[in-house]
Amino acid sequence: MQIYLPIAEVSVNAFLLLGLGGLVGILSGMFGVGGGFLMTPLLFFIGIPPAVAVATEANQIVASSFSGVLAHFKRKTVDLKMGVVLLIGGLIGAAIGVRVFALLTELGQVDLLVRLCYVVFLGIIGGLMFFESLRAIRRSRASGGAVTPPKRRQRRWIDALPFKMRFRTSGLYISVIPPALVGLFVGVLAAIMGVGGGFVMVPAMIYLLGMPTKVVVGTSLFQIIFVTGFATLMHATTNYTVDMVLAVLLLVGGVVGAQIGTRIGTRLKAEQLRILLALMVLAVCGKLAFDLLVMPSELYSLGEGAGH
Amino acid sequence: MRRLLPILLALVACALPLRAETIVAGLSREAINITANFEGSEILIFGAVERNAPAPEGELEVIITVEGPAQPVAVRRKERVLGIWVNAASIEVDAAPSFYAVATTAPMGEVISQVEDLRHRVSIPRAIRAVGVGVAQPEAFTNALIRIRESEDLYQLIEEGVTLRNETLFDTSIRLPANLVEGDYRTRIFLTRGGEVLDVYEQDIVVRKVGLERFIYNLAHERPLIYGILSLAIAIAAGWLASAVFRYIRA
Repeated sequence: MQIYLPIAEVSVNAFLLLGLGGLVGILSGMFGVGGGFLMTPLLFFIGIPPAVAVATEANQIVASSFSGVLAHFKRKTVDLKMGVVLLIGGLIGAAIGVRVFALLTELGQVDLLVRLCYVVFLGIIGGLMFFESLRAIRRSRASGGAVTPPKRRQRRWIDALPFKMRFRTSGLYISVIPPALVGLFVGVLAAIMGVGGGFVMVPAMIYLLGMPTKVVVGTSLFQIIFVTGFATLMHATTNYTVDMVLAVLLLVGGVVGAQIGTRIGTRLKAEQLRILLALMVLAVCGKLAFDLLVMPSELYSLGEGAGH
Repeated sequence: MRRLLPILLALVACALPLRAETIVAGLSREAINITANFEGSEILIFGAVERNAPAPEGELEVIITVEGPAQPVAVRRKERVLGIWVNAASIEVDAAPSFYAVATTAPMGEVISQVEDLRHRVSIPRAIRAVGVGVAQPEAFTNALIRIRESEDLYQLIEEGVTLRNETLFDTSIRLPANLVEGDYRTRIFLTRGGEVLDVYEQDIVVRKVGLERFIYNLAHERPLIYGILSLAIAIAAGWLASAVFRYIRA
């Protein structure tokens, strides 16, 4: 069934959009990533104008994250205090990111820089997570299947920073500076890359802040809702690029998928979850890198002209 | 519609007094409404040639064009820099029609002379207004623009797509794809003999969004803040609803 999208001004198959929403929603619920880093490129592929895809995807991430975070609230796996610190950084970051995006658009290389960002970030994070998870799985196998008790963390530079705060849900007593910076960085990425930023935040929370894996997903979803909500409003009021019809179709598929994904996520072990996410991140990275390296079949591309 | 066509044509042909060799024409529709399930549209363009004297020497030809609103377009070419394919050279096409279809009675070269094509901007390359600035081969860029749009059915060259009967009655049908831009679509009919244009007939087809499509589009542009908040509200409601439904199913 074809449906005409009023803002994107293209006609697409409604079931295709529902299916894409559902598939990305499942992954979103499983891993606590917004799914934007998968959905935004997929929307490009089916012919949605990039500006509309980025803005509408922000709106859709709000829905799937909200659906996901409710499930996490029920299981008390959201660290609200940590979420708020991340969020403050995130909103400032998003505001900066929108400025940077405008600057890059002016330079005419925004597409390339966004792609390079994807390849670099996804490559580093995916690689780190993959090897770390492999090691963790090997360790637990070596100790006869029993999960080894978490080792006492060594004092790191992070512990020496001021403004310490107690995060009960995470069982942490750390400075607010690292989480605020993580939030800020994710906010910038969210605005530039048209993603929620969970794929950066989740590993940062695990490896940098040392948060327990079970609260990481819920807390990142909590932060993502507000940052992407803010981005949606910015896009709607400045660029008029949020397509409500597209968003509704994606989110109907997305919220259902997210619920299913959250259930699947609770059945898997943390290491398995991490290795799956790592593989997925690496796959997207590989595809984007491949596109940059291989000669495209059409060397020319059309863009919106500025007019003289 | 197709069955009615000869009757309509005959009526058109009979009803009018004879003057010079001029065009009398009609369109199957003068407005196209873009609704939620819009899948493109086909328009039928038909008409007759009226003349006061016997037809002169030479083959009579008909060219029909349909042209969407013009927009500036940036055409970029990728080049390999440090192993990566990067947008390097680019040109700005000042005005390229968002849609352009040309249907003719014979191959393009035979129906219109170069000079007339230049004057009336009939063929696809002529319909694009480009000023090549600082690029070695601007044609390569405009050709790419045409190639890309042709692959999306936005530019169509339908040679011998117009049927001309007894040098009097003509008709063609042009398919408008689903990804139409709103605006006035200028329809032109050219009557040519020996490459020279004898008469031009022009009529606009109005393409616009209606109903829900119109409402959403207007809201987004006139009340962007409300639209944005509404989008978020829908998203949050849908998220909550899905969560509630799944909780209910599990319980």
